[in-house]
Amino acid sequence: MTVTTTATAAPREKQTEPKTDPNYQRRRRARRVLVYAVLIAGVVPTVLPFIWLVRSALMDNNQMFIAPPEWIPHPFEWANFSGALTAQPFARYFLNTMIIEVFTVTGTLLTCSIAAFSFSRLRWRGRNVVFGILLSGLMLPQAVLLVPTFLMWDAAQAINTYYPLIVPAWFGGAGGGIFNVFLLRQFFLTIPYELDEAAYIDGASPWRVFWQVIVPLSKPALMVVGIFTFIRTWNEFLDPLIYLNDSSKFTLALGLASFQGTYNAQWGYLMAAATATILPIILLFFFAQRYLIEGVTLTGVKG
Amino acid sequence: MKTKHGVSGQSRLERRWGLLLAMPAIVGFIVFTLVPMAASAVISLTDWTIGSAASFVGVDNYLQMFTRDPLFLKSLGVTTYYTLGAVPLTLIVAFAIAMLLNAKVRGLGVYRTIYYLPTLVPSVANAVLWLWIFNPDFGLLNSTLRQLGMPTSNWVFSEAAVVPSLILMSTWGFGNIMVIFLAGLQGVPRHLYEAVAIDGGGAWRQFRHVTLPMMTPVLFYNLVTSIIGTFQVFNQAYIMTQGGPNNASTFYVYYLYTTAFTKSEMGYASALAWALFVLVMVITVVLFRSSRRWVYYEMGAAR
Repeated sequence: MTVTTTATAAPREKQTEPKTDPNYQRRRRARRVLVYAVLIAGVVPTVLPFIWLVRSALMDNNQMFIAPPEWIPHPFEWANFSGALTAQPFARYFLNTMIIEVFTVTGTLLTCSIAAFSFSRLRWRGRNVVFGILLSGLMLPQAVLLVPTFLMWDAAQAINTYYPLIVPAWFGGAGGGIFNVFLLRQFFLTIPYELDEAAYIDGASPWRVFWQVIVPLSKPALMVVGIFTFIRTWNEFLDPLIYLNDSSKFTLALGLASFQGTYNAQWGYLMAAATATILPIILLFFFAQRYLIEGVTLTGVKG
Repeated sequence: MKTKHGVSGQSRLERRWGLLLAMPAIVGFIVFTLVPMAASAVISLTDWTIGSAASFVGVDNYLQMFTRDPLFLKSLGVTTYYTLGAVPLTLIVAFAIAMLLNAKVRGLGVYRTIYYLPTLVPSVANAVLWLWIFNPDFGLLNSTLRQLGMPTSNWVFSEAAVVPSLILMSTWGFGNIMVIFLAGLQGVPRHLYEAVAIDGGGAWRQFRHVTLPMMTPVLFYNLVTSIIGTFQVFNQAYIMTQGGPNNASTFYVYYLYTTAFTKSEMGYASALAWALFVLVMVITVVLFRSSRRWVYYEMGAAR
């Protein structure tokens, strides 16, 4: 096998001499140029909507509706931000969102990590079957649960409260949250079991092993789950829409949607408000970029 | 649990703690997934509308969907149309860019960050932004097209263009899938490419015989999650088009939402939810079946 392949490959290499052949070099260089050309060409449509967003958020109405469009705001209309963010109580929406975030992120981190610990490092009968069943919930379109879950919260008289948005997080994130259990479990499996054993020999309980051995070693993975949960909660629209009626209880996403319904032609205001809801997430991303990219990587490749 | 040492104190400890720590996730699955599923199956057999008494109607709701409800078929068609457009387009763009980024590009991190940024935009802000981009008079798209002397469109305000417009918009968020692809590509062992190169294979054959087969598991993962995602499109329809014009963007979950929360027809909405569940299950099963023929799993990975 190897003999025949080298035999056929060798003469071809002789003929072209790839490393020195000017033709080959030229083709190679042409290909590099093409790669960069396409990548840069792709950056333009990716970035343009952001520029359009910021440019519109800082433009006054006179300049906004000039054709062909102008790109540099003149003057910079910072009043769009103050105007939009006070036209509806966005500070309140922000506060509401943060309250929900605190409880959702904490609950998800705690209950998902203890479950992942149980599914990866404690042996009990039926463990893998149970994990498999929980994992099957991932394939379930969450929209299917909309009506019955609403009726359940309605029966519990919890409509127009934050309970429907927070409580599921304290039960393994519920629904799509099992994904976090999966992710953390994958990470926990990479930690050598000898560490647990040593602690058990010293008389530690499983809780202490979890809290003093596994958690300190899993900060990057916990960070990823925390950030993903934060972003998902920040973006959540359908649940707040269904469960929250009082505008004083609205989240940012819900507030922005209702703002859009009221000020639907005030593009300066709308873009300023949109920018204000996007900015915190972008800042969070730059702060935690390394963890995030790693997290996405972990989900796809090992999944 | 049978271990070499028999049932020890340790294994009893693990069993007790194992169940305890997994309990929140298990309870969450039962309360927030299993029970709602069962409840909605029962409700789907009634004609319950909030505010009036419910009576048992058997499978009438399901019959109604297929025989007396043109909007059901319409929403199914619209959602399928969207899925068939958005999923392949996003996957191809994401894969192509990931391939380019994998070609030892200088400044990889910068490109990756730029392409990833749109996926961070919260979906409500995204909808508001794109509504302005699609604005027929002063939006980014028509302004640009007009300047280039090209034909303009009414985008989401036209019955024929609304779904293609939303597909275009969804492509902006290809970054998440791209990052997963890129991680997969970086995991392809170099020696496989070298083997093909030694056999005299060029770039195309390396792609066809190494990259593509090695990437099929990642491709499969992205395909399944994308399809489940596109079948649940809601925010765009709610914020941008209200299902219009002329129901051309009445996506399935939007239709389900209006049935349940505008018309209060909980019985019929539950039937719609179950139909969606069955549909997504069928698609998933078919995909998994087909995956045996085209998804390549390395033997070493299976344990």
